Amino acid sequence: MKNANLGDWIRQNANVIAMYVFLIIVALPFVFPFWWMITSSFKSTNDIFSFPPTLLPDTWKLENYISVFDLQPFMRQFWNSVYTASATTFITLFCASLAGYAFSRLEFRGRNLIFLLIVSAILMPSEVTIIPVFTYMQELDLVNSHIPIILLPVFGSQGVVAAYIMRQYCLGIPTELEEAALLDGLSRWGIYRRIVLPLARPALIAIAILSFLNSWNLFLEPLVLINDPQMFTLPLALRGYVDPYGQPLWGEQLAATTMSVVPVLIIYIFAQRHVVESFAFSGVK
Amino acid sequence: MLDVTAEPRTEPNFWQRLNLRQKDQIFGYLFVAPQTIGFLLFVLVPLVMVFVFATQHRNLLAGTVEPAGFANFERMLNDDPFFDTVLRNSLVFATGLVPINIAIALTLSIILTRQMRGAIIFRTLFFAPVITSAVAWAIVWRFLLQGDQGINAFLELVGIDGPNWLREPNWAMFSVIFSRAIKGVGLNMIILMAALQNIPEDYNDAAAVDGANAFQRARFITIPLIMPTLMLVVLITLIGSLKAFDHILLMTQGGPGNATNVLVYYIYFQGFRIFQTGYASSLAVILFAITMTATLVQWLLRRRFSYEER
Repeated sequence: MKNANLGDWIRQNANVIAMYVFLIIVALPFVFPFWWMITSSFKSTNDIFSFPPTLLPDTWKLENYISVFDLQPFMRQFWNSVYTASATTFITLFCASLAGYAFSRLEFRGRNLIFLLIVSAILMPSEVTIIPVFTYMQELDLVNSHIPIILLPVFGSQGVVAAYIMRQYCLGIPTELEEAALLDGLSRWGIYRRIVLPLARPALIAIAILSFLNSWNLFLEPLVLINDPQMFTLPLALRGYVDPYGQPLWGEQLAATTMSVVPVLIIYIFAQRHVVESFAFSGVK
Repeated sequence: MLDVTAEPRTEPNFWQRLNLRQKDQIFGYLFVAPQTIGFLLFVLVPLVMVFVFATQHRNLLAGTVEPAGFANFERMLNDDPFFDTVLRNSLVFATGLVPINIAIALTLSIILTRQMRGAIIFRTLFFAPVITSAVAWAIVWRFLLQGDQGINAFLELVGIDGPNWLREPNWAMFSVIFSRAIKGVGLNMIILMAALQNIPEDYNDAAAVDGANAFQRARFITIPLIMPTLMLVVLITLIGSLKAFDHILLMTQGGPGNATNVLVYYIYFQGFRIFQTGYASSLAVILFAITMTATLVQWLLRRRFSYEER
């Protein structure tokens, strides 16, 4: 009796079931790499290479996590990523919100020209300018410094996207409040600080999330400009777990990679609506 | 900052004599100054420099600079046996990645836009690779694609002898394309979902009443309506595929042989591995030209499609 019901149920919902099965199969290449990375990082070197492969470690080992800190100044490198990404985020918030607001509201000569010039670089790969950037930073004695690592993304395409998001958002805010404030004698700076910034909170959150992630994951610029392991950011540090022949020390590399990815994933899972919306913002062009 | 309104009424100074429009002119320049000056210093100046560098013989290690005219470009066309390979690889990479990415992203976005249980969970999963660093993603995929471990170990369990993914030229190209495509699907998916949510539901309902099946509805109603967004997504993905430097460096270093050596990787190789920064700059000029052409073409197409949409 029960089986017959189950059979009916399956027949009635065949489409829905097929869709979920399809989604789960498609999800495999998206999800399995994370699973394999995290579980393998807790395996001993022998277990990593054992056959048949195991979906979970036989015994959970912390040895990889301990030697991550022995082989490189990983704490320092983690901190480098935290503070450069934070600095980039704050400077981007300041520059992009000011510029975005001005482009949307203030009328000044050459506004459209300047806007077009900046926006035209939105899709330019940073690989195009990396060689002059390196030569330039070398002249300024900023190789192995975090200053270019912090500032380049602020003004590169990520920063332009941020200014663009702010401009589009401000265009959607009604002007009445600002006009009333102007009549009451508030200056433009006052309006920006006391009226526009609070109203533009969703845009600012999006800008903050996008710039932080972009900077956290930045690779080319640090790769070219930094060669002192003390100054490495995380993406560079992950490459450092190799044996003297340049072959990866998989256990350590996966443990370090897990430590760089999991904090971001946890924040993402809790704030996933904000994160996803931020990226949707950047797609509205 | 410039809060002069609180001052006692005496002789009006320069600032007080300006009207609102004139003040806005000044504030406008002040407000865009940080972003614009930064842009000039960090983007525009290097961009001009790359064109200058491209006409020079430069060696980063020796620090030598000599005028070269168009010698770098002549070398590219006539004397560099790798240039053709690199361009062809970039083309294969892009034409492989874009359809894989768009096909998956479009399918997922259509499915997940419908009211279904668990849509948020699936969206969260499909989007997770987007926020993961390209370096981490490439490291894990390289680990998964080792000769006899990871994916191949699982394939062996079911009796399939998997290829040595990253050591055989064609499989290596396929592997870097596929893993990179997967990383970007989530972004396109949510951009497309945002566009799909703007389609009035009665369009689809009406078609369903008229007997159109799911594929027909997608083909004749949904896709034409989101065409402008789809074009944008294709362009972003195309240009993004030209930037897969980190992915290539970590997974294959352009190998085996030059099988996965794409333009961005070749620029890095010439500039920072063998220090030919002049020649590398001329390659960067080519990359710039390709990106700008793609942007322009998309912009023209978009105007046409957007017009039809109205």
